[in-house]
Amino acid sequence: MVDLKVGWNKPEENSLIGTAMLRIDGYEKATGAAKYASDANTAGTLYAKVLTCPHGLAKLASIKVQDAEKVPGVEAVHLFANVGDELKWEGALVAAVAATRPEYADDGLRALQAMFEPLEHFVDEADLDGAVKANRTKDNGEKTKGDLAAAFAAAKVVHEGEYGVSTITHMCLEPHGSHCEWTKDGNLVANLSTQNVSGTAGQFAGPLEIEASKVSIICNYIGGGFGSKFAADEWGVAAARMAKQTGKPVRLMLDRATEMKIGGNRPSAFAKIKVGADADGKIIAWESHHWGTDGLTGNTVPIKDLPYVFQPENVQHKATGIITNCGPKRAWRAPNHPQLCALTDTAMDDIARKLGKNSYDVFLANLSQTPRQDVYRAEMEIAARMIDWKAKWHPHGKGGANNGVVRGVGMALHTWPGVAVAASCKVKVNPDGSVESFAGSQDIGTGTRTVIATVLAETFGVEIADVRVHIGNNSYPYSNPSGGSTTVGSVSGANRRAGIAALGQLFDKVAEKYKIDGSKLSAKKKTIWLGDKAVCSWKEATALLGIKPLEVQGESPADDGLTSSGVGGVQMADVSVDTETGKIRVNQLVAVQDCGLVICLETAKSQVYGALIMGIAYALSEERIMDNTTGRFINADLQNYKLPRIGDIGELMVEMYRPESETSRGVIGLGEPPVISTGAAISNAVCNALGVRVSQLPMIPKRVLDALEGARA
Amino acid sequence: MKPFEYAAPANEQEAVALMNESSPAESVLLAGGTDLMNLLRRELIPVKRVVDLKHVPSLKTIERDGAGVRIGALATLEQLASDPLLAPYGSLFDVIREIRAIQIQSNGTLGGDLCHLPNCWYFRNGHGLLGLQDGKSLVAAGDNRYHAILGHHGLAKFVSASRLAPGLISWGARIRLLGPEREEETLLPLEAFYRIPKSEQDGISILRPGQFVSHVWLPDPEERESASYEVIEGAGLDYPTAAASVCLKRQGSLVQEASIVLGAVAPIPWNASRAAESLTGHPITEQTASDAADIALAGAVPLSNNAYKIRQARTAVKRALLRAAGLWEEGVGV
Repeated sequence: MVDLKVGWNKPEENSLIGTAMLRIDGYEKATGAAKYASDANTAGTLYAKVLTCPHGLAKLASIKVQDAEKVPGVEAVHLFANVGDELKWEGALVAAVAATRPEYADDGLRALQAMFEPLEHFVDEADLDGAVKANRTKDNGEKTKGDLAAAFAAAKVVHEGEYGVSTITHMCLEPHGSHCEWTKDGNLVANLSTQNVSGTAGQFAGPLEIEASKVSIICNYIGGGFGSKFAADEWGVAAARMAKQTGKPVRLMLDRATEMKIGGNRPSAFAKIKVGADADGKIIAWESHHWGTDGLTGNTVPIKDLPYVFQPENVQHKATGIITNCGPKRAWRAPNHPQLCALTDTAMDDIARKLGKNSYDVFLANLSQTPRQDVYRAEMEIAARMIDWKAKWHPHGKGGANNGVVRGVGMALHTWPGVAVAASCKVKVNPDGSVESFAGSQDIGTGTRTVIATVLAETFGVEIADVRVHIGNNSYPYSNPSGGSTTVGSVSGANRRAGIAALGQLFDKVAEKYKIDGSKLSAKKKTIWLGDKAVCSWKEATALLGIKPLEVQGESPADDGLTSSGVGGVQMADVSVDTETGKIRVNQLVAVQDCGLVICLETAKSQVYGALIMGIAYALSEERIMDNTTGRFINADLQNYKLPRIGDIGELMVEMYRPESETSRGVIGLGEPPVISTGAAISNAVCNALGVRVSQLPMIPKRVLDALEGARA
Repeated sequence: MKPFEYAAPANEQEAVALMNESSPAESVLLAGGTDLMNLLRRELIPVKRVVDLKHVPSLKTIERDGAGVRIGALATLEQLASDPLLAPYGSLFDVIREIRAIQIQSNGTLGGDLCHLPNCWYFRNGHGLLGLQDGKSLVAAGDNRYHAILGHHGLAKFVSASRLAPGLISWGARIRLLGPEREEETLLPLEAFYRIPKSEQDGISILRPGQFVSHVWLPDPEERESASYEVIEGAGLDYPTAAASVCLKRQGSLVQEASIVLGAVAPIPWNASRAAESLTGHPITEQTASDAADIALAGAVPLSNNAYKIRQARTAVKRALLRAAGLWEEGVGV
């Protein structure tokens, strides 16, 4: 009985792992052949649309359900709220109408003639004093460590500043929603746009009062989740109810405005920060009070994590949540970290500015206060070389101008756990040599199919094309949701384990047939080898299975070294700022990122590229804008909620940091960390260019010009 | 979107008749449709009938007419950019290029641009052209980062959305209107077409219900030079936050006659005639351009949240002047 040791090959022994494989489903995604939840369109599908509250806070005064039901083409009306109910933010769901055509659904919504009684709301997230006066604050805690007064007294330099990061939304290009259809025998098939394929059936089953075994969740492809698509959501359940009621399939995808208002957002964070540092710029004292909103629950980013990554000895911090009538938050790619990084690393850079020191040296001086200083130091060196930091850096604001345009560089660094979590898979080796993997996982951009195919092809010594990967269906073995950068570690661990176990069983058959020592066999280049001698082809080996495919279940996580957790990452930005228009152009953005063992270099880098673009978005242009008078999210559209276009992105340069010390740690999640530093790095580059801090992200031209004006005054 | 009647006239007379057949106030024209569809979908304007002009050939032509060029209101932006008769009017190209989206360039029309309703988010969220609630301006009390810095002392605080009007006005363009009566035809300076509304009913121009823009007439360019400079936040499809178009007649290096018109700063295209006059007899230099920009914005008063736009508008005027005089190094500004 061959018992192969579970582990990864040495990097140089791999023929696929760590190379730049193209995504195996890239063709489908690029050509439109890939079918998303919103593409599901079985015969007779009804179009559902929602009516939402147009006020910051209002009571539903009246609604005419029967009138809507009489509208030609309307087949079902679903109420989320009843007369007298309070709707606590703009966008709160009131009703849904399912009709044979989308225009009829609109007619139905209009016929509802919903009337609201507006109540007094509060939506101003930035104005702490205003929130205190309005009694809309919530104590989020206070903490003290060390002797702050003594540390400030001993500091060579003390800096005080105000910083902020606006609320942003997830802006998934495919909005939240589903296509729900009931089978004749009472089973629900939900094509759901979800990052939680295995975990959503119960969320439908509970409210629908059916058994979870009667719910099929399908999500072959998803057009963006970023942490906002873990749930069935009340609108998903409503689609299932309307489908049940009408006996017809119902598709309910949120419209863009509603998607932005209730589909999730990343909470804001504003702070007053006082920092004391020694002559090298090493922070010895940190005092901060930060506030922000996540909606009605009144929480801002957690106090314990500020300052971010750096752990000075003397710290006093306080946090205040603001209770607003705004749509509730959802996890957004690396929850809290981008805000924390933007508050911390900008204050750090302001110390450099105040000391007239090179920001690089100040970050360096503080590395001893981080948990992984060797990694950060090495990554800083690489990033600095890539962006040519030495040649480009100049004292803040002293780089000279060309027709009002100034240029500068800045940096920031981050951390993230990325631990592997529960994920099972079934690996199947067919007698004809083809390989399959089944997992109730999903691909939210991670390249899940490509990762699994790469791991199994490497394990069995076959080609990627020999492996078929089945994901996106809850009838496959359970996988945790894709959140927390856990997917690649989880699925690669589970599939490697199953693959190695399957290979051991196959080697038993080969050893028996050829009367050789199975424990000395290896599988490479579609051949089974004994040392350097070919024993048989892969297909000859699998033919020994007879008629019964070999099936092995794989599990994750396990303490066998295939995966671990904890990554760093350094980013540097080179920007130009037009001081006469306030516009910022990203010239170059460098990301050096570690994630342990890289399974597929292309998909890994692609994660980083995507994160950088998302970072540019929240650094420069995107923000939720609430109108205080009406309580409405007034830029809930793709025109005024500004996302970067190709021309806004500049040159992105990505380097995966993977020396032996990193690759030997096994696979670690990557999806979230590279989005963390981008805001702070760009802010610091802008500050280096201008000599003035633009205190709030996004750094729209208005804030740039206001900061310059403020500095002049 | 609410159901509506659809009419497709074959000539100008039919268009006038169909616009005025019943409830002209609720009849709208369909030109390129790039914005009308948004307005219909969000139910922002009352519409019973849509009159589609795409089958009226006379509205699409660009041809010589007396001492100038006559352009049909249905000429697309792409047509404007490629017609040799319009090649000398540089300020128009500066704008069409900055519209950036091929879809809008190929579908969007001259008339559609001139009559484009404001992009003000209060209007677009259903609070009316003036953005009022209980008679008070939501704009003044709210987020007015993209609103007016000039001409906003009344209730209207939005900014004119037309991209081409500043350039056309600086060239001395005239506009031809048809209707509402049969055979009624009005010709007037484009500048006089726009008005700052005092009430919701006023609208952004002097157009009466059932009346519409048929043509724009531009005088011969002679030796004039022109340019536009738009400040646009990103590199993609977006509206400018400040813009200026200028037209210069120079004798040697000295300005004989100038015209400066700002966009995106007031409820109408804003003619900065005093700033233009200040250039007479002077060469265009960084200093004179900068001084003229200061004069152009001297009367600007920010709302609570948009002082930065004064600086952007100054920059737009200065850079448009430098660009017209061939002194702006393209690609330097961000």
